[in-house]
Amino acid sequence: MDKYLEMIRIRFLMMLAYRTNYYTGILIYAINIAAYYFLWSAIYGGKQTMQGMSMEQMTTYVAISWMARAFYFNNIDREIAMEIREGNVATELIRPYSYLGMKTMQGLGEGIFRLLFLSLPGLLLVALFLPLRFPTDAHTWIFFILSIALSFVINSELNLLAGIVTFFTLNNEGLLRAKRFVIDLFSGLILPISFYPDWAQAVMKYFPFQGISYIPSMIVTESFQGQAIIDGLLFQFVWCALLIIPIRLLWRAAKKRLVVQGG
Amino acid sequence: MNAIEVENLRKEFKSYSSRSGLVGAFRDLFTRNYKIIRAVNDISFTVKQGEMVGYIGENGAGKSTTIKMLTGILTPTSGKVIVNGMNPHKEREAFVRTIGVVFGQRSQLWWDIAVQESFRLLKKVYRVSDKDYNEHMNHVIETLDIGPLLDKPVRKLSLGQRMRCELAAALIHNPPLLFLDEPTIGLDVLVKLKIRQFLKEINGKYNTTILLTTHDISDIEALCERVIMLDEGKIIYDGSLQKLKETWGEGKQIQFTFVSEMSLDTLKELTDGLQVTWKQGEQANVWTAHAPSALLPEVISRVVNRYSIQDLNINEISTEEIIRNIYEEGVVHG
Repeated sequence: MDKYLEMIRIRFLMMLAYRTNYYTGILIYAINIAAYYFLWSAIYGGKQTMQGMSMEQMTTYVAISWMARAFYFNNIDREIAMEIREGNVATELIRPYSYLGMKTMQGLGEGIFRLLFLSLPGLLLVALFLPLRFPTDAHTWIFFILSIALSFVINSELNLLAGIVTFFTLNNEGLLRAKRFVIDLFSGLILPISFYPDWAQAVMKYFPFQGISYIPSMIVTESFQGQAIIDGLLFQFVWCALLIIPIRLLWRAAKKRLVVQGG
Repeated sequence: MNAIEVENLRKEFKSYSSRSGLVGAFRDLFTRNYKIIRAVNDISFTVKQGEMVGYIGENGAGKSTTIKMLTGILTPTSGKVIVNGMNPHKEREAFVRTIGVVFGQRSQLWWDIAVQESFRLLKKVYRVSDKDYNEHMNHVIETLDIGPLLDKPVRKLSLGQRMRCELAAALIHNPPLLFLDEPTIGLDVLVKLKIRQFLKEINGKYNTTILLTTHDISDIEALCERVIMLDEGKIIYDGSLQKLKETWGEGKQIQFTFVSEMSLDTLKELTDGLQVTWKQGEQANVWTAHAPSALLPEVISRVVNRYSIQDLNINEISTEEIIRNIYEEGVVHG
């Protein structure tokens, strides 16, 4: 366990190694939240509620979604792809640790760093200008923390899957881009799932994407109540468990197929 | 105890060749021409604990592929590999604790952070106790002279500095077996000497087995008593370096610089009846005679009596030349 904690520390150091990235990161999060706020104010016009969400709830939804994204989002798919393309995966495989486990820990290190040092300051900055309303009920926060932890797991599992595919294709830039877009769209980051047409909502029940952003954001804006919260968490949990299966299978096949590029 | 046992080891890669032209590129979208390439072809050898073995071969001979199979990175297509008593691929996590690896062409330190942070992580990864770490690594750091580099990020180090740190990183858990894949590539003479000295020292102190691949024959000469030579995936020589020199490096080379241009025929005629081979040097008036040591005076006297020369050099045949000769002929006799 020690080594995994150490890896989180190393990732912190790496994120701090480039200060400009850090400052522009805060700005980017603040700009994104503000842009979506203005977009939604235009859409709401004078209306009180849409799909059962008030303008205030929507603003909070947007801000929280982006904050949560800072935590669950990571680039481990790209890193795996790059390590395979450049052959550096060889040096990872001579270490006595699980490669995928270590990658996930790096993602976690990155996530915690972004959450604490990018998106919290970004959120505070935005809160000065926009009317955000955060829940005061401690239970909501506990459910939310549980929920974004599961978001992180689901998103990382999808990233690992996309990364492992590189073992077979050696270059899957296109796939990674498509995956990122699909997640932003279908996770409810850009548009809450309840705004989609009924048939699309029905289809999305069978995909893990809403477990990434929609569920934690709905919990924290208190749009989900009672049983809906439990159902949401259960949905996330089931997907966390289910996604382990294809990762295991693909990883086993990938190790056999491994070709180390160059030298 | 044998550190490495390899039997009929084979690795095949599937590679595809691209068709030419635009039409060919479209056809490649649907079907591809596959070709099976055998990078390592049924090799067998064993290495005893404490041996220092040079594993040499031309580019693409299969050296790196073998090392990758021995370290558990690649799965063999067929054959048996037992390293440190384990199957590297099957028991990867337990196995890699018993080896250290340096890939000269890739860094295993984290690029953006200070060297000591990488060391600290590796210390945790290999579960090295503080006591062992201090005892062992302080010595390593001192011998390799990397103390002042520890707080610098890896990207700011020169190649020689980085390489010494890489070597130290591979030794954090003091492994009984060390794989070095071209560790001295691109390094200056002083750093090379330092690294060789250090490798000798740990081999003497801990009886560490070292398998070394390199293109620099002087590395092998300085370190290894035994060489394994690979060509097109097959072992063409496995034995002592000394014996290789004796059987292939017999005799001397005499380089003549004549005043005027010479032809092979006239020289052959001159040394008719003697066991001498002639080779032309870089210019038409420079020729090298390869002859057994006993014939040296005879060859020289015949040449200088007939023709006027500007210069004359007598050389031992270098290991590098021996190896080049072997590759040119393909197999090793005896």
